[in-house]
Parts: sequence; C-alpha cells; structure tokens
Amino acid sequence: MTDRRHTAETSRVLMVLGVCGALVFVLPLVALVVRAPWRSAGELATSGPIRSALWLSIVTSLVATVVSIVLGVPLAWVLARSRLPGRRLLRTICTLSMVLPPVVAGVALFLAVGRRGLIGEPLDRWFGITLPFTTPAVVLAQVFVAMPFLVLTVDAALEQLDRRFEDAARTLGGSEWFVFRHVTLPAIRPAVLTGAVLTWARALGEFGATITFAGSLPGVTRTMPLETYLALETDLDRAVLLSLLLVAISLTVLYALRGRWVGAALRGGGA
Amino acid sequence: MASACGGGGDDEQLLVFAASSLTDVFDRLETEFEALHPAIDVVVSYGGSSSLAGQIEQGAPTDVFASADLATMARVLDQADGEPVVFARNRLTIVVEFGNPEAISGLIDLTDSNLIVVLADREVPAGAYAAEVLERAGVDVEPASYESNVRAVAAKVSLGEADAGIVYRTDFTANGDDLDQIAIPDAENVIADYPIVVVREGDAAQRFVDFVLAHTGRAALANAGFELP
Repeated sequence: MTDRRHTAETSRVLMVLGVCGALVFVLPLVALVVRAPWRSAGELATSGPIRSALWLSIVTSLVATVVSIVLGVPLAWVLARSRLPGRRLLRTICTLSMVLPPVVAGVALFLAVGRRGLIGEPLDRWFGITLPFTTPAVVLAQVFVAMPFLVLTVDAALEQLDRRFEDAARTLGGSEWFVFRHVTLPAIRPAVLTGAVLTWARALGEFGATITFAGSLPGVTRTMPLETYLALETDLDRAVLLSLLLVAISLTVLYALRGRWVGAALRGGGA
Repeated sequence: MASACGGGGDDEQLLVFAASSLTDVFDRLETEFEALHPAIDVVVSYGGSSSLAGQIEQGAPTDVFASADLATMARVLDQADGEPVVFARNRLTIVVEFGNPEAISGLIDLTDSNLIVVLADREVPAGAYAAEVLERAGVDVEPASYESNVRAVAAKVSLGEADAGIVYRTDFTANGDDLDQIAIPDAENVIADYPIVVVREGDAAQRFVDFVLAHTGRAALANAGFELP
C-alpha cells in the first residue's frame, strides 16, 4: 500500500516538474503567437526585405547542411574508426563551436580566413579571393557552428554500430571503400539524416558568427536572424513576425521529420 | 566637507544606457563618479542608440539614457521622468587603415567598386548621419555591410577587413593607433547632438547627469574629441 502511494506521489512530483520544464519552451512560443501583428501579417511577410532575408536564409542553410554532410560524415568516421593519435582532443575541438559564444566564432573566423587572416591573406594575395562580407562567408559561419550536430550524431552511431558486419564484409573480400559504401553508410543512414536535420535547423538560426564575420547586407549576408535583430531596434511588430516565421519553419520541419528520420535514429541507433 | 557616504549600507546601483560611441568617455566617467560616490555602483550598458531605446521601451530598468541623436531620444521621452539636455556634439569622419594604403582622399573615393566600404545601418544614428552626409555630397556608395553599431564599423576597418568606413570623429580618436582619418568638409558634414536624460527619477541618476554636464564630464568629452555645446 505505502509503496503504491509513494509511487503515486513520485509520479505526481515528476509530472509537476516536467510540466514546468515544458512551460519553459511553450510559454515564449505562445507569447510570440499572442503578440504577433496578425492584422498586418500578410503585408509584412511579403515585404521585400523579409522575402530576400528568408530566401537567403533557406539557401545558405541548405548549402551549409550539404557541406556539413560531405565533410562531417568522413570526419565522424575518422573520429570513430581511425587510429589517429589525439582523436579525443580532436573530437573535443570539432564540437567546441556548439558551446562557444558565436561572436567568438566570428572573431576566430576573421583571424583564420579574413583578409588579414592566417589562410585569408594568401588567398587574397594569390587568388584575389576575400571571404568576409560575402554569401559564402555566411555559409562558412553556419558550417562552423552547425556541423558539430552532424558529427556528434554520426560519431555516436558509428561507435554503437556492431563492427562484426564491417569485419564480415572485409573477410568476404570487400575493399575499405566497398565496406564503407555498402555496409557502414546504409547502417548509419538514419543518424546522418538526424544529424543533417539538426545541423540545418542550427544553421538556419545562426546569428552571432554571421553578423561578426559576414556583416549585414540585404540580399547578400543579411539572413532572417540578422533581419530580426535589426527589426527589434525599430519595429517590434516586424521583429515578432520574423521570429514567428523562423519558429514556424523550424517547427514544421523538425515535427514532420521527428516521426520518420529523427525518431528512427533515436530508436534504432542505426543498427 | 560634505561626506560622500550618506548612510546607506548597501551599494545603490545606477543603470546607465549609453550610445556605443560614448564607450570610452563613459568608462572614464563611471570610474571618476564612483570614486566621488563610493556608495553608488554605476553600471553602463553600451549599444546602438536605437537598440537601447528599444530595451527601454520594453521596460528595461534604466536610470539614465544618453543617445547619439535627438530622434532616438524622442522615442523614450514619454517614459522618461526628466527633460533631455544636449551634452555633446560629434561629427563624422572617414576612417581608413593606418597609413591609408588605398590613398583615399575624400567621400568621392568611396565609390570605387574595388574598395570594401562598411557603414552603420540607417536604423542607428551613425548610419542615418552617414546616409545624410553621402546624400549631401551627392556620392553613391555601395557598402559591403551595414553594421549594427558604429563601433563595429571602426572594428572592421582596424581589423583590416574593410578599406574604409564612416564613423564619428570620436571613434577615430578612440582607435587612433590602427586607423587614419580623412576629414569630411564641414559643408558636407552633419552635427550629431547627444542628449542625456534621467529616465527613472532618483538622486543618483540626477547626480550622474549633473556630473556629465559639469566640469569633469566636459573635460572627458573634450578629451575624447567631442565638441561641447
């Protein structure tokens, strides 16, 4: 009897705390919806600056996601499978940007690929390529802060993957590339997709590194988050609407994919 | 001798919002004011004037607000307890990398499409002033970026990432080591009025404003390159 009462009490406490936890996320969202300037929403949403910022955000975040997959999957493989010395340190460095203040990321990018940067200076001098203030700079900033989501997810899936499948394929005479392509990759596909979705969502919301490293020019580097920040200084209605638009896009995509890819990866770990 | 420590036990906190072009002056004034009033802890928050005005509109517990133009100040006046007073004036200037490697000699040179020029966004006072100056001079500049505050413009030029920018004269004074300036003739220049106001009535707030308007404040402002009204 007492045991059962204890259980009931425990679950009540957990329930209350859990609901409070959920409120942290739900309340601001509700506030955005309540405060939104619905009457002028249509007119604001189709205005030139918002349209160009939205388009730029979608294009750059998608390109950043593709770049993150192309580079991030091999990086995760190196971290999980290779015998490279210092792998643990490398893993930490490659995921550091998740916790770094984005402005720090922007400054670091300047020092690396800015016009006076470590690589940026020779790039500028020999090829006349300057990155800052360009759309590729926006993509680079997004890749820098968002790729860790893909690397972490794929790395974890590779760690969990039963290596006997890969070993079996090798024993049967498969080359390394054949094994990676036909055994490893299909097995971690859900993790790659989950990582890609998270990376995309993070890239879409990137702000600090972008405004520091890429600047803010309409149609070239001024993405949705930058447009929102600027709107906040003069026109709260526009800022609220922009925020809501970003939230709606992320929510739709994350919710739609949760059931399929994200869910599958979390359940199955790719095995 | 009047005692600075009236009788309060805990430090009183005074929150001052100041335009980012005031950063160096107000840093100094904060130190000197606190030395004079040990019981008052001054906290200064710097930012683009319009961003700060937005925060005040949203109910930030600001005691004093110093803006870089009258228009931005006007946005918060219905929430302010005091009357604004112009305490400093500023003008714009062109800043370039130290040594002026691109040999820029005036506003007209900024139209060169090979140059990377950054301006402050029109939504902050420095950007609005810059747009006015360019319009007066009849010069059409295509900037690489509209920065969200004037100090970010100076920073991009001192980092060497931009060839030129238009900032306040005082921003040049503050970054003199890394930058060179090319003066904008008075006929094309604008005069930026800096008003200060007590937002939330209080003894400390009024004292701080008086301090900025009095001798020490004026000396610090003049030293930083501001003109005095």
